[in-house]
Amino acid sequence: MLLRNRAFWLVLPAVLLIGICFLYPVTWLLQRSVSEPVWGFQNYQTIFGRSIYLGVLWNTISIAGTTTTLCALFGFPVAYSMVHSKPLLRRVLIFVVLIPFWTSILVRSFAWLVILQGGGIINDLLIGIGLIVEPLELVYNRFGVLLGMVQVLLPFMIFPLYSVMARIDESYFKAAMNLGANPIRAFLRVYLPLCLPGLLTGAMLVFIISLGYFITPALLGGRGDIMIAQLIFDRIDEFGDWPLASALAIVLLVGTGLLFVTVNVLLKLRGRGV
Amino acid sequence: MLYSVRFWGGLRGVINAMLVVYMLAPLAVILIISFSSAMFLTFPPPGFSLQYYEKMFSNPTWTRAILTSVKIMVPTAIIATVLGTAAALALSRMQSRWALVIRGILMAPLIIPVIITAAAIFGVFRIWGLYGSLPGLIIAHVILTLPFVMSTVSANLMVFDNRLEDAAANCGAPPFTAFRRITLPLIAPSVLSGMLFAMVISFDELVVSLFLSTPTVRPVTVQMWSNIKGDTDPTIAAIATVLFLFSLLALLIDGLARHKSGRAPGL
Repeated sequence: MLLRNRAFWLVLPAVLLIGICFLYPVTWLLQRSVSEPVWGFQNYQTIFGRSIYLGVLWNTISIAGTTTTLCALFGFPVAYSMVHSKPLLRRVLIFVVLIPFWTSILVRSFAWLVILQGGGIINDLLIGIGLIVEPLELVYNRFGVLLGMVQVLLPFMIFPLYSVMARIDESYFKAAMNLGANPIRAFLRVYLPLCLPGLLTGAMLVFIISLGYFITPALLGGRGDIMIAQLIFDRIDEFGDWPLASALAIVLLVGTGLLFVTVNVLLKLRGRGV
Repeated sequence: MLYSVRFWGGLRGVINAMLVVYMLAPLAVILIISFSSAMFLTFPPPGFSLQYYEKMFSNPTWTRAILTSVKIMVPTAIIATVLGTAAALALSRMQSRWALVIRGILMAPLIIPVIITAAAIFGVFRIWGLYGSLPGLIIAHVILTLPFVMSTVSANLMVFDNRLEDAAANCGAPPFTAFRRITLPLIAPSVLSGMLFAMVISFDELVVSLFLSTPTVRPVTVQMWSNIKGDTDPTIAAIATVLFLFSLLALLIDGLARHKSGRAPGL
């Protein structure tokens, strides 16, 4: 019966391709973390026992956390402004956010390098007008990474927030004001809680995506300040150390997976009014 | 002040301006610098010249890299569009629990961090002899782009009325004719969007290509990567501009198609 089903034959090529050339390789990679050099958890002991690896894990979490916070702080007013703009301006703003989203991360990182470098535009300008003598260190450090990552990930915060805000009935906010709440209080007690699902979704997306980020931190970051994806790349590219890279991949996957599940449970609980 | 409409309006203006500068200024700088007549990266450029574009097209390293990227992009877009559209059509007609499982499997490359996909494919493709070959890169790019095509077409099929195709079948049209004459014209805009996304993603892809490419088979993004990591050759500004204009063109075509079919602009 299955073989005579048209849908089965239509979906089969895609499933075979993803199964053989994606799921199998990923399983192959992940099992090496426990099977090599001998069966056991030695690779995880290495990761969680050495301060260099722990340092990279902490870097990853702290860069992702800061990126998420900055995206929320900037994305919130932007989304609000989009919702309350006239249709034409709104279209322009959406387009402005989408252009970098569809531009290669490589191109954007290169642009930041040109602007921020020691002999880059900002330093040239500041030295030119006599404000500073020595060029500022704006790139190859945490500052450069955050500037680049927030720009890339901002759309993932703005669009969930935008879709929630567009559905909020403004009269709640006005009612709170009429009942005597000042704008700040009305915002914190009425408007912000209504935005929470969008904020939570956006924050989860930004955090999860930044955990696995590779290109931006590799180009704009400092040499000692690397994230987990770079560590995976280096272990394979420079040392051919598959077991450790595989264990790092598991740590990254489990971390993102747990976060995804937690946030979804939180959103469901909220949806039920708990 | 907190009650003043003008204050909030002004603040919104400032926020909008900050957004535009932050999102577009870096790209604008690249665009301007690529037409610079200076021998090194400087801003503002002292004069206008096409020297970097000439260098790009006369340097075999760059022309070969661009050609490699196109050779990967075209088959990738075609295969991903056909397989992704077929999968979306099949899933829209499936009722069982299997549909959910299959959709999950096909969307997995979008969810799993790309560095893991890249390392895994590299490891296995090296054993299979696909490392450093065009077919290897094409297969890898199809895996990364197929979920985009499928989800774009699926979103369109959700508002498509299956009864239209059934009606054609009842009137005696063979399945393929019903699909070609009824379903395909109606979902064509989303198929086009999916294909454009596939092209842009493939052309801009770096991480997986970095693992799979060798000095002989090297797409343009990998070539850029190694140049940026070394000394910054200003020719990259011209290449970056080409890459950027390519994405912009795809986005504009997609926007037009969406506008015509009445869909909202989106990701």
